[in-house]
Amino acid sequence: MITLLQLADAATGWSWNPAEDLRQMWAFPFMVNAFRAGTIVAVTAGVMGWFMVLRRQSFAGHTLATVGFPGASGAVLVGVSATYGYFAFCVAAALVIAAVPRGGRDGGVQESALTGTIQAFLLACGFLFTALYKGLLGGTTSLLFGSFLGITTTQVWVLLAVAVVVLGALAAIGRPLLFASVDPDVAAARGVPVQLLSTAFLVLLGAAAAGTSQITGTLLVFALLVMPAATAQSLTARPGLGLALSAAVAVAVTWLGLTVAYFTPYPIGFWVTTFAFGCHVLARLGAFAAGRLQARSAAPLTAGGAA
Amino acid sequence: MTPGATVLLAAPGWAPALGHPFFQHALLAGTAIAAAAGLVGYFLVLRAQVFTGDALSHVAFTGALAALALGASLRIGLYAGTIAFALLLGVLGRRGRADDVVIGNVFSWILGLGAFFLTLYTTSRSAGNGNAGVGVLFGSIFGLSSGQALAAALVGAGICAAVLFVARPLLFASVDEAVAAARGVPVRVLGFGFLALVGACAAEATQAVGSLLILGLLAAPAGAAHRMTARPYRALALSAALAVAEMWAGLGMSYAVPRMPPSFGILAAATAVYAATFLRDPPGRRRTAAAAG
Repeated sequence: MITLLQLADAATGWSWNPAEDLRQMWAFPFMVNAFRAGTIVAVTAGVMGWFMVLRRQSFAGHTLATVGFPGASGAVLVGVSATYGYFAFCVAAALVIAAVPRGGRDGGVQESALTGTIQAFLLACGFLFTALYKGLLGGTTSLLFGSFLGITTTQVWVLLAVAVVVLGALAAIGRPLLFASVDPDVAAARGVPVQLLSTAFLVLLGAAAAGTSQITGTLLVFALLVMPAATAQSLTARPGLGLALSAAVAVAVTWLGLTVAYFTPYPIGFWVTTFAFGCHVLARLGAFAAGRLQARSAAPLTAGGAA
Repeated sequence: MTPGATVLLAAPGWAPALGHPFFQHALLAGTAIAAAAGLVGYFLVLRAQVFTGDALSHVAFTGALAALALGASLRIGLYAGTIAFALLLGVLGRRGRADDVVIGNVFSWILGLGAFFLTLYTTSRSAGNGNAGVGVLFGSIFGLSSGQALAAALVGAGICAAVLFVARPLLFASVDEAVAAARGVPVRVLGFGFLALVGACAAEATQAVGSLLILGLLAAPAGAAHRMTARPYRALALSAALAVAEMWAGLGMSYAVPRMPPSFGILAAATAVYAATFLRDPPGRRRTAAAAG
């Protein structure tokens, strides 16, 4: 992997001809695969992240994202493909988090303590697995912070299959899930199975996080889940538009991150998070400025309405 | 007393362990760190701010790596990074509490910066330790020198003293913020002060269990204490006691089984105790059920 990177560095530098640079970059099959896989995971993460932000489940999402690390290192230790490890651990953690009984004022307190404990314990397991498996130390960093090198065509197909299943399932439960997320009490009163939907959502989120982990690394999945979604939600409150915007932002920052990471020695995780954070800050500033402008023009009206 | 303590007593060969200087240092630093994490963690869980602790622990990684990449002392980077970020979180949120989406956005970017500094450090100082990142992430408590252990013990004791000093008003402000504010408790200042304490605790604990695993020390003993008793001071003491017992058990286990990293031993003990509390019905749930029924 390192030699590939050095090869890429030696073969290409940033020139003043962008078209030529892109052509050169896509001459490498691994870069083409990276773009394919990146697009798939970005769309999935953007859509799932929008629901995650709406449901204020950032902590659960972050935990599901990080537990991919013990999954991958455990799979490598026992000698199976890391892909299975990612999915097994992320989905299992989602089930455990969903299984905790909540309700009442105590529910949130217990849930956050449980989520935190699961996250730390599984990360510790990941550390144990890497300690038992000598020689993975170089790989630990890439498991944690992502590497877009060495994505095989098979992996792209697996990611595509998972994305289709996750997005299909989400489309099936999308309407009741939206209802249950916005107003759980009313939804429960109307007969929507809130608890079941919550469990299903966490499992889907786990699967999405597992897929994304393979590109951005387990520590930075969360960035792709939360940042485009938060950007979209600060710009629009309409669900359909918000979902599309979130996926679009995720794809854009992933493509930009991949391109810049290819031409610089710094890791993809850094670029993707930086671009996504930039989008978020711009969106917040834009929304703030628009709000101020609106408030000024509509000031007499709001004052009248409040009084 | 606890499953952790029994494991410690049952672990073979732990008595001669006390003769090794590295183990004494680990025990000294670990006890102080665990007590501080237990006390801070109790309030963190009570205020439902565990995610903030999670964010701060990741920031500790970036702070340490930034300091290493720029050639400064690792410990300065740790404390400066976490305390600055804790205060930033206080500014971003109303009443000294930030929204979890805001926390998520900021800390995942800071973590990305951490990846940048890691690359910068490992490429620009190739003569240096290439595994520094792994050390910061997962900790190396058996590698502490006597000076570091003493410093860790003093800082841990300081954090404990500070938490106990503000415990009463902080408890009031955490349980019922509006009433506390009406009674003249400086809720906002307490929120800021508490966040700074969490930051200092995260920086302190990074040296022992690593920035990725602090969350376990903060959340597990406190979560267990919350499940075992509803009385605040008893739970506070229980949380600290459990954290210290789990730290000892983890150190003992990893001494007995050399292939097991100490961070894993500590977290395994903490998780086992927390899981054991699920075997009995918590007092809080019974009360809630009675209130609901």
